[in-house]
Amino acid sequence: MAKRTIVPFGPQHPVLPEPIHLDLVLEDETVVEAIPSIGYIHRGLEKLCEIKDFEQMVYVVERICGICSFGHGWGACASMEGALGVEVPERAEYLRTILHELGRVHSHLLWLGLMADGFGFESLFNHCWRIRETVLDLFEKNTGGRVVFSICKPGGMRKDISNENLQEMVRILNGLKAEIKEITDVFIEDSSVKNRMTGVGVLTKEEAMELCAVGPTVRGSGVRQDIRLTGDHGVYKELGFEPCVEEAGDCMARTVVRIREIFQSIELIEKAVEMIPDGPVDVKVPKKVDGEFAIRLEQPRGEAFYYAKGQGTKFLKRMRVRTPTNINIPALVKMLAGADLADVPILVLTIDPCISCTER
Amino acid sequence: MSAAYVTKSPWVVHYDGSSCNGCDIEVLACLTPMYDVERFGIINCGNPKHADVFLVTGSVNEQNKGIVKQIYEQMPEPKVVVAVGICACSGGIFKDCYNVMGGVDQVIPVDAYVPGCAARPEAIIDAVVKGLGVLQAKRDAMVKAVDAPAEEVAEAAAEEVATEEKKAGAVPPIFTMAEIKVNTMDFLKK
Ligand code: SF4
Repeated sequence: MAKRTIVPFGPQHPVLPEPIHLDLVLEDETVVEAIPSIGYIHRGLEKLCEIKDFEQMVYVVERICGICSFGHGWGACASMEGALGVEVPERAEYLRTILHELGRVHSHLLWLGLMADGFGFESLFNHCWRIRETVLDLFEKNTGGRVVFSICKPGGMRKDISNENLQEMVRILNGLKAEIKEITDVFIEDSSVKNRMTGVGVLTKEEAMELCAVGPTVRGSGVRQDIRLTGDHGVYKELGFEPCVEEAGDCMARTVVRIREIFQSIELIEKAVEMIPDGPVDVKVPKKVDGEFAIRLEQPRGEAFYYAKGQGTKFLKRMRVRTPTNINIPALVKMLAGADLADVPILVLTIDPCISCTER
Repeated sequence: MSAAYVTKSPWVVHYDGSSCNGCDIEVLACLTPMYDVERFGIINCGNPKHADVFLVTGSVNEQNKGIVKQIYEQMPEPKVVVAVGICACSGGIFKDCYNVMGGVDQVIPVDAYVPGCAARPEAIIDAVVKGLGVLQAKRDAMVKAVDAPAEEVAEAAAEEVATEEKKAGAVPPIFTMAEIKVNTMDFLKK
């Protein structure tokens, strides 16, 4: 048996914008086992519900993660609305769906850039982030923030987005399609990119289901799983949503899933803008929460779970969030076993890790 | 502005304390074509030994304070620290969380603070430019120290060592385990 060495990976590492630590047990150049350890970003924000009332809690939950912050805000509001027993107006549901999908476009472009950086393709990274800035401009124009928006509140939306602005959004996104296609084709067709990603980190359908992977990680392994299909949040049923699934289960398949989702999200936004009804965007909510409610949401990284329990005052008794990266870590450990040391960075990136979500 | 006199390209190293990612992606956005600080010679180098400016996002906690300190200590003098986002300044919205000790200045000296949640790229660039002024001042001070008579410098150095030792208490180990980890990673990256 070859000699075993342990190589530490992280927490400060050039390909990781966030700290995660892995102990890689190596035999020559091959990873035999990866032992993750987390806890560098834990803040303990769920406990803040004891000193912040439920409306303030939305701001806190939004700041679980700056990349999918809209989704977190929505999840928190939706769980509280359930506990309060209020229905949000239809227009607000549509607006939330539109902004959530816009967030997905921004998140996936960001990830494509990080992935390109992970295998050393600097110019591709810069191009992905250049295009992403246009999406951020749309966010800034319509919500006022670039990464943290705080536009959701329990009971609806803090402000309406005019139909003209929505149409402009669609126009700009449609204009962006050609540019996005130009760079995503590099991921799919460039031979050096293909060499790095095809056949690397294969996760079979059975493994993916057994390890309960979620989001693009499980869809890249040929499982048709997407919380948007359940239709208990947003207006995805009305929009006729069908998830993007790829069969191969390797890094390439997961990348292709995300690339297809970018275009799909743009289409969903377009459809939603066509169908959006007029009307109010918020309803009055009671000042005190009683009851409890749980909701699942499809974030760009996969299924997230939100739970709120009231206690008859304006403070929640418990706020619980379960996030996708946490659930994908077993799948990551599985992919890392047997991989080359040189492939470790792209394998870590392939699940689209969001450590601040994981640890909260 | 004194920053104009900085003759070498300032390189930055970025570490995420316990931020929510919002500020991290804004730091990265500074490096990409829209804001493009690379035109000023600023690049993100990933290796603390090559860096002049240390950008920290997020607050510190028991688990990561050692790492923040280590990265700071590995950077060569002169160096400046920029705390990005209200979390890094004071703990921000998470100030009352049980696992948040507060701003980065609890652990290492900070030269420039960037407010905002999330900090805007313009503000980050502004802070780095301010930091460059501080960097130049520190460099000037170092040059002065080198020009000073040799005995004076030796005395000052001896004093510094003495206070350091007093602070550390016992004889410090040559490398801590975590330092070895970071060193290995630097090696791997090359
Ligand atoms: S300042 Fe705001 S955006 Fe920045 S890390 Fe803290 S919570 Fe996130």
